[in-house]
Formats: sequence, C-alpha cells, structure tokens
Amino acid sequence: MPSNKGDEVLVKIRGLRFFRGSLPIADGVDMDIRRGKVTAIMGPSGTGKTTLLKLIGGQLYPDAGEVLVDGKNIHTLSRKELYALRRRMGMLFQSGALLTDLDVFENVAFPIREHMTLPESMLRTLVLMKLESVGLRGARDLMPSELSGGMARRVALARAIALDPMMVMYDEPFTGQDPISMGVLVQLIRRLNDALGLTSIVVSHDVKETLSIADYVYVLSRGKVMGQGSPEELRKTDSEWLKQFLQGLPDGPVPFHYPGPDYFDDLINQDVDSHAS
Amino acid sequence: MEKILDRLQGLGVLALNVFGRLGRGSLFLFHTLVIMPQLWRRPGLVVRQIYSVGVLTLLIILVSGLFVGMVLGLQGYTTLVDFGAQESLGVVVSLSLVRELGPVVTALLFAGRAGSALTAEIGLMKATEQLSGMEMMAVDPYRQVFAPRFLAGFIAMPILAAIFSAVGVIGGYVVGVDMLGVDFGAFWSQMQAKVDFHEDVMNGVVKSLVFGLVCVWIALYEGYDATPTADGVSRATTRTVVHSSLAVLGLDFVLTALMFGDL
Ligand SMILES: Nc1ncnc2c1ncn2[C@@H]1O[C@H](COP(=O)(O)OP(=O)(O)OP(=O)(O)O)[C@@H](O)[C@H]1O
Ligand SMILES: [Mg+2]
Repeated sequence: MPSNKGDEVLVKIRGLRFFRGSLPIADGVDMDIRRGKVTAIMGPSGTGKTTLLKLIGGQLYPDAGEVLVDGKNIHTLSRKELYALRRRMGMLFQSGALLTDLDVFENVAFPIREHMTLPESMLRTLVLMKLESVGLRGARDLMPSELSGGMARRVALARAIALDPMMVMYDEPFTGQDPISMGVLVQLIRRLNDALGLTSIVVSHDVKETLSIADYVYVLSRGKVMGQGSPEELRKTDSEWLKQFLQGLPDGPVPFHYPGPDYFDDLINQDVDSHAS
Repeated sequence: MEKILDRLQGLGVLALNVFGRLGRGSLFLFHTLVIMPQLWRRPGLVVRQIYSVGVLTLLIILVSGLFVGMVLGLQGYTTLVDFGAQESLGVVVSLSLVRELGPVVTALLFAGRAGSALTAEIGLMKATEQLSGMEMMAVDPYRQVFAPRFLAGFIAMPILAAIFSAVGVIGGYVVGVDMLGVDFGAFWSQMQAKVDFHEDVMNGVVKSLVFGLVCVWIALYEGYDATPTADGVSRATTRTVVHSSLAVLGLDFVLTALMFGDL
C-alpha cells in the first residue's frame, strides 16, 4: 500500500470495475493519486489507460466502484458541478484533439476565453507564455492541419495547462517527440508540477523517462494493478512480470504475441491453414 | 419454424434500433433546445454559423431558383395560352413558388449542400475527439457546437426559401414577359391581386421553418451519432441527405393537406 508522506489524496479510486464487452478495463482497481505528486500509469498497449483517464474525467461511467476527485464522487455530480470541477482539470488527449477550425494561438486561448474575461493584451501574454514553454511560440499562426503529430501534442499540452489547473492528465505526452523535445517535455511536466503545485497523472510507455519524473507508479494489465510503488521500489522488484515489462524484454510472462500455433510448426506445416498456398 | 423465429427476431431488433434512435434523437433535440437561451450571450457563434450554413448555400439557391422560375414560366405559358389565360402567368408562377417549390426545393438543396456538410463536420469532430476535448475543458458541446448550428439553420431556411421564390418570379418574368410576350402590367397586377399574404406567403414561411428544423436536426444528430471512422462519417452523410429529403417531401404533403386541403 502507498505509504509515502503527504497523505492528502486528490483522486481516490475504489473497487473500480469497467468492461468493454467482455474485455476487462478495470476489474477491481484501487488507486490513490496524491496531491502535488507526479503519478505515472503504465501498462501494455490496449489495457485501458486512456479509458481509465476518461473514467477519472467523468466522461465514462463505471459498472461499479467509485472515483473521488477532490473528495467528490465524479460520477454522481450534477452537470454543473461536473463542469465546475473540470475547469480545474487539464487533459492532454492522446490524439491531441485540437479544434481544427482554430489556429494554434486560438486553440490555446480557447479555454481561457471560455472561462475568464481577460483583456486581449493579457490573454496574448498568457498564451504566448504557454506556447513558449512547449517551444512553439513561433508556430502560433499555423492551423492544426499544418502541424506534425509531435507538434500537435505539444500545442495540446499548452492548452491543457492554459487555465493553471489543479490537476493535469497527460495521455502519452512523449509519443512522437524527438530526443530533444522529449527531454524538454519530461522536465516541463516535472517543473510545472513543482512550480505550480499541480497534481499530474502521466500515462506513458516510455519507461525510462516516466520513471525519471514519477513519484509513484502504477502498472496496469488486463484490468488489474500488476504493480505499484516508487520508481526505486519498482526497479528492485522481484516480480518477473514487472521486470520484463519495465526492461522491455521479449521473453517472459508478458505476452507480446497474439495467441496462435507454435511458430516453428506454423512455418513447417505448409498446409495447416488457408494462407498456406 | 427456425426461420420464422429468426425473421421475428430480426424484426424486433430492427424495431428496437429504430425506436432507440428516435429516442436518442429526441433527447439530443431536447438538450439542444434547452441550452438555446444561453446563445444570447454569444451571438458571435450564431452569426458565424449563419454565414457558413446560409451564405454558402446562397449561390446554389440563386441559380436553381432562376432556372426553376424560368421553367415554370415556359410550362405555365404553354398550358395557359390554350385557354387564352396567359395573363395569369404571374399568378401561376408565384403561387407555385411561394406555396410549394420555394420551401421544398430550398429544403432539398439545403439538405444536400449544408446538411451533408454539417454531418461531416460534426462526425469528424467526434472522430478526432474534439467534442470530448471540449467536454474536458468544461465547454458544453451542445452550447458551443450544436445549438448555434441549429439556430443558424432554422433562421437561414426561410430566408433562403424567400430568396428562391423571389429569384424564381424573376425567372418566370424573364421568360413570360420578355421572351413570350405576356403583358407586363397583367403579369404583376394579377400576381399582386391573387397572392394572399396570410394564405400563401405565411404558409410558405411556416413550411420552410418546419423543413429547416427537421433538416438541421437530422444533419446534426447524424453527425453526433456517426461511428467515428471515415466509413462511419461517409455513411452518416449519405443518411442525412436521404432522410432529410424523404422527411421534407413527406412533411410537405402533411402540411399542404393541413393548410390548403379539405382532406
Ligand atoms: N469505444 C470503444 N468501444 C469498444 N471498445 C473500446 C472502445 N475504446 C477502446 N476500446 C477497447 O478498450 C481497450 C482499451 O483501450 P484504451 O484506448 O484505453 O487503451 P490504452 O491502454 O490507452 O492503449 P494505448 O497505450 O495503445 O493508448 C482496447 O482494447 C480497445 O479495444
Ligand atoms: Mg491510450
């Protein structure tokens, strides 16, 4: 069980169950996301990390269990209360989800314009500061269709932090970044978290980068928490499963391959299936 | 026996689907209408949509209206001239346009031009998670996306229909008076005397308001309900055009019967 100092928990997940058809996304998940910390959620592709973030954001409803954000059960809030809470949450979508009819500047300005009344000059300063922090101040006049995947995600990141939220959920922030932007983003997430006193949830496959900034890590697979702890605890783990996942080894208890007949047999026996001829 | 059961089951599934969609569509409409008053504080959103829904449909409306009016002038003349009644050409042209062709053809063109574009736009916004993204930024997509488009379509439709009818009358005039030699004075004065404001013009406006509502409702809901893939969006777009056209033609009969008929 998590036993770190700082006993204040911002997001408390208890007994969460959620199924996609018969596929378990969360099957009795308990989690504590601590205030002011960077919590990482890792797991094989397709286990339901994105889905979990949507459950925390109140976009999906669980089959059982509860998600308490800042003490409130997010799935029983009225629409008004839910929206009030979401103003204090930022989310970086895996796809970026930029508004395609607005340029980069307006995309970052969008949540500010919606929720605050600022004079135009102040808004401009604020937006440019956010864009500067992701290195895209010069790209402010581009449309989303003119951005590369990695750039789009950085704009989305600038937008996610535009309102200085209390909590930011980053869904795969490092995917598609070159080594330099990757390093900058890793530091940015940590720095934002510490300087602004945010709480961050980072979903990522990049084990090295994630472990380097996370205070606490949850590893999910098939709807269960397979391991948790600080990065040091995880590195020292003796669970075969965790070792293989964290080191990215091809052999071990974590299957890479979709179930099928033995590889060697499959190559030798030319006539076992329709792809033989 | 098996087969009959299968059939029955299939029928049941179909019925459930249809009623499920109708129910969800009504809820969607309800949400959109409930949020509508909030648009007072953001007129800019509506104005921008009126531009993209209305102004961009204007050209096709102008061209079609002109040609429909010209055809009406030609056909009307050849029929009326047998009875020596070609002076009434203005009445024939304007009544056909104001009562029927204006609202109906405008609605059909609107569904093809603006409705399909709305469905594709919203379907793609859904596919690229823009709607989810707005929700997570605590911006209600009903207020930001659906309601402004709905209102814009509702406002644009009667205006477009009026423009269609006006241009159509000019088309009929050009053919009838300029080319076929109908008397200038008779054309206009008969039209003025026989076309009633309440009976004809207002009923035409009511028709186009109803068509406008149905067309944008279908277009927006199809986009909202689309499977978020390229294929899903393209099928939703097709459904918008087909369903809107059928709905417009069917409703036109019902409305005409209520307004002008003694059924
Ligand atoms: N709308 C949906 N309907 C049905 N199943 C879905 C839907 N969205 C996702 N899934 C399924 O849920 C599972 C989890 O999806 P999710 O996107 O949460 O995975 P993920 O852990 O974020 O993966 P990745 O690391 O590749 O982003 C997947 O197996 C996917 O097939
Ligand atoms: Mg994901």
